[in-house]
Amino acid sequence: MLSNQLPVADAEAAAEAPAETRKVHAALTRSSTGKEDLRELEAGLDSLQSDSIRKSRIDWSRILLPLAALAVLVILWQLYVSLGFKRRDLVPGPLDVIGQVGTLWGEGKLQEAVWTSLQRGVVGFLISVVVATPVGLLLAQVAPLRRAFGPLISGLQVLPSVAWVPAAILWFGLTDATVYFVVFMGAIPSIINGLISGVDQIPPQYRSVGKVLGASRLQLALQIILPAALPGYLGGLKQGWAFSWRSLMAAEIIAVGGTIGFGLGSMLNQGRDLSDMTIAMSAILLILAVGILIELLVFAPIEKRLLRRRGLLAGSTR
Amino acid sequence: MPVVLENLGKRFGDGAPVLDDVNATIEQGEFVALLGASGCGKSTLLNIMAGLEAPTSGALEVPSDGAAFMFQDSALFPWLTARENIELALKLRGVGKADRRVRAGELLELVHLGGAGDKRPHELSGGMRQRVALARSLAQDRQLLLMDEPFAALDAITRDLLHDELERIWKETGRTIVFVTHNVREAVRLGQRVLLLSSRPGRVVQEWHVSEEHRTDAGLAGQLTGEITARLREEIRRHAQ
Repeated sequence: MLSNQLPVADAEAAAEAPAETRKVHAALTRSSTGKEDLRELEAGLDSLQSDSIRKSRIDWSRILLPLAALAVLVILWQLYVSLGFKRRDLVPGPLDVIGQVGTLWGEGKLQEAVWTSLQRGVVGFLISVVVATPVGLLLAQVAPLRRAFGPLISGLQVLPSVAWVPAAILWFGLTDATVYFVVFMGAIPSIINGLISGVDQIPPQYRSVGKVLGASRLQLALQIILPAALPGYLGGLKQGWAFSWRSLMAAEIIAVGGTIGFGLGSMLNQGRDLSDMTIAMSAILLILAVGILIELLVFAPIEKRLLRRRGLLAGSTR
Repeated sequence: MPVVLENLGKRFGDGAPVLDDVNATIEQGEFVALLGASGCGKSTLLNIMAGLEAPTSGALEVPSDGAAFMFQDSALFPWLTARENIELALKLRGVGKADRRVRAGELLELVHLGGAGDKRPHELSGGMRQRVALARSLAQDRQLLLMDEPFAALDAITRDLLHDELERIWKETGRTIVFVTHNVREAVRLGQRVLLLSSRPGRVVQEWHVSEEHRTDAGLAGQLTGEITARLREEIRRHAQ
């Protein structure tokens, strides 16, 4: 109102005649002049409300920082060895180990061990994925099944998969089947649990949208639930791979001979048998290196892409 | 075919009824604004009409192919682009692949988002997301479109524009629209008819017709807004004790 600008007399007159005042409510009316006007207004607003695209450059700190950390650790290791607290054959230095790695490479043993283990790990893991995915989806979607088997699956995740090695040797003998069985039992609970927790975290509205759009139960599971649960599922896959790899090493250390080939675990075991610490250390570092490479080359790019596409990466330290 | 609600009631478990004896008829091609304060069961009524929930008493008559639905937040799937979100609705309806692409393009054009089809929901502003959601609900190709406070979370500038946009699309497509809102001005701006729902339990207590003149004459629209607001407040005051 403009009352504060009105002359005093007018204000008094207005106060004396309250019956004349009428409350006027604000209202909304058509505010644009037509289709073209509307299109133009919306285009303007859209561009105001959208972020401009930022170009991403190669971030060298992503590569240099881990390398620097590695260098620092190796230098500390060498320093400790040089101080001579322990016998050199019990605690070899980085140069000794690198020398041994070179020797193993020359003999072709290194390539054989890495290839054998990697192949088994990947095949065992893929079998687990193929089995665990439908099972996980079924458990997540069917309440009675989940209530019945959920605790068992969670329990299996706690059970170290090494515990299956003796049983597997008795059932399958010293064959590849033993190794795959142990890898399978190690990976499967993680993948199932990851998928279930991914499904649990789906906003309930997605299901309503699916129903409204007319999705059948199967369509809902495959076209909406599974992609929506993908971040949790991927977390489960990562953990499942880690468990596969660990279980594989345990199986290879314990089960030696028969038709079981020479893997990294076998190399570790050989180092112990020969009391050669450089072989044992080489095997440990190779197991670690394979684990890091798989994470960096396989899981990290997939995860990053997945999260970025959903707009979930902003502000993270990745 | 009209939508008919007859003595519709809904209660959850043993609780007090949320909806009680709701009666309404919505003609084909009509734009009805369903207005009410919080707790009047607006959303529940909409869910019942969409088939997401079942009424506990009474009867309702809706088109046999169901209804399209638009939610308060866009509820777009974040792993799909704008175009793919629309295409998914077409796919679940059984539209072939080549047709899907063409139809999705047309729908994006209709909501003036022809250039943003390949963007993902998080790259779009709130208003753009709601327009994609509108296009997706139109992709369902159902005569009846149910809208649950679709513009409530938008800024005022965008909302004003989307009111014009929705009015235009309604006229172009001839849909029957039931628009739930708690904003009296919005109800008067959009609806041909405004139904006021009482709270606890929800029941249609009064209705007003909004003419074409109300769309352009702010004085007339203001008067009606005042009248409806007064009636709404009367309803709210009943719950003061």
